Amino acid sequence: MDNSRQVKLEARDVRLAFYNERMKRQLTVLAGIDLTVREGELVAIVGPSGCGKSTFLNAVDGLVKTTRGEIRVDGRIVTAPGPDRAMVFQQDSLFPWRTVLRNVMYGLELQKRLPQEAMKKRAADLVELVGLSGFAQHYPHELSGGMRQRVNIARALATDPQLLLLDEPFAALDAQTREFMQSELLKILARAGKTALFITHQIDEAIFLSHRVVVFSARPARIKEIVEVDLPVDRTLDVKLQPRFRVLQDHIWRLIQEESAGPAMAG
Amino acid sequence: MSVTPADDEIVPLREDAAVAAPTASTWQRNENFVLGLVSVIAFLLFWEFSAASGWANPLFTSSPSRIWTAGYEMFRDGSIYSDLAVSAQEFVLGYGLAVIVGVPLGILMGWYSRLNAVLDPFVNALYATPRIALMPLIIIWFGIDLSAKIAIIFLSTVFPILVNTMTGVRTMERDFVKVARSFGASDAQLFRTVALPSSVPNLLTGLRLGLGHALIGIVVGEMYGASAGIGFMMQTAGATFQTDKVMVGILIIAAAGMGLTQVLRMIERKFDVWRPDHHV
Repeated sequence: MDNSRQVKLEARDVRLAFYNERMKRQLTVLAGIDLTVREGELVAIVGPSGCGKSTFLNAVDGLVKTTRGEIRVDGRIVTAPGPDRAMVFQQDSLFPWRTVLRNVMYGLELQKRLPQEAMKKRAADLVELVGLSGFAQHYPHELSGGMRQRVNIARALATDPQLLLLDEPFAALDAQTREFMQSELLKILARAGKTALFITHQIDEAIFLSHRVVVFSARPARIKEIVEVDLPVDRTLDVKLQPRFRVLQDHIWRLIQEESAGPAMAG
Repeated sequence: MSVTPADDEIVPLREDAAVAAPTASTWQRNENFVLGLVSVIAFLLFWEFSAASGWANPLFTSSPSRIWTAGYEMFRDGSIYSDLAVSAQEFVLGYGLAVIVGVPLGILMGWYSRLNAVLDPFVNALYATPRIALMPLIIIWFGIDLSAKIAIIFLSTVFPILVNTMTGVRTMERDFVKVARSFGASDAQLFRTVALPSSVPNLLTGLRLGLGHALIGIVVGEMYGASAGIGFMMQTAGATFQTDKVMVGILIIAAAGMGLTQVLRMIERKFDVWRPDHHV
């Protein structure tokens, strides 16, 4: 990634701990995360399950407060959710009582920046961008899992965020649909020209979709390694068959294995 | 440099890719209705035959034809209309008042946990008490005229409506709250865009439950002390062994219950186009 590009996201020594009522003790989730994401970059975070990657993403979105350190987006410190960021949730987060079009309009409605007609127009454009033109008036339950996830992406893009956050966006999809949606996501992001930070537990998905893969350690999470994805930028699903892809996959798998096995063996 | 797809075409999906409902044959669609109809007809024939053959005493069991004659007579000479009007008025006022009070109060109690803490003991205690037990008190306070009936119907109906509405507001999905917050929703926006719509199914369930309670309120209220109404008519007819007339009263109450429930179902369906189980 060329370093002259503007810094979009900057996390400095982000720590997060909370008091667990049930276990009656302080639980440290993030133990000092430093991460810089530049404009136009796609960065994936992987790590052993329960390591705190979702918490980190929520902190970047402003949904949870950090204990120490700071997160800046375009230089501004994050304290709460803002229109410069948008989150793509898992498929079940679409409002079932809203049509596709009205789900996509949701963020715009809350922000009240546009008149009704302009909101509709913008939402309709995004519905088209994600390839769902004929479905604007459908309800979520009438759509397949892959289609619902397209709506979710459109809803996040509608407010024109500077930074797109994706929380295991394809976790609930079957393998075939997931692969298809991965390449669709690349196309959508390329068209929208967005910077994106996303979480996944699929290593191949992380490599396929990103320039860099950030590997988190087990909880309390630190960055174990940042893996540069030195694969051609014009990506089709064929890239997954390349030897280099396999090498990266193996390397990241080993990193996560070390983390998952470590505490279990020690404890 | 960004990761760009080699093929920039985003595949537009076609409308027929949506989940298609399987089509059923005429018989499959109507099977349940036909079975129900046949069983009702068989039951009525058995009832009529038992009474006509002397196997059952129609003084106790009445019979479909006797009920029909009694009902026809009551509508022809117009004696039933005043009773119907009285009961209908009680219902509209009692149930209406319960909706006007129960829905907003339920929403407020669901949203403001402090208000809930203050009112919850009273709501719980009254909801758990059979409201009929309050009848003697209501007679002392309101006498036996219209206001007493409105009071008992209101008390019977308001709690199921209130409690269900409250539950609806309180049990909104955490995921939806997270989405709303992520898009920067204020408390007021969260209430309007998430809490209210998620409470609708529960609210409508409350209205439907309340309906049954309201009908009980009418009958009990009128049997306890009244000078007119369907319940009063049934009480008088029962005391004078006019089984046919009692049966006519039961049928009217049953028909009213079923009819009103049907109306609510239609309203429910209108509100719930987004619920998968309502499309079957």
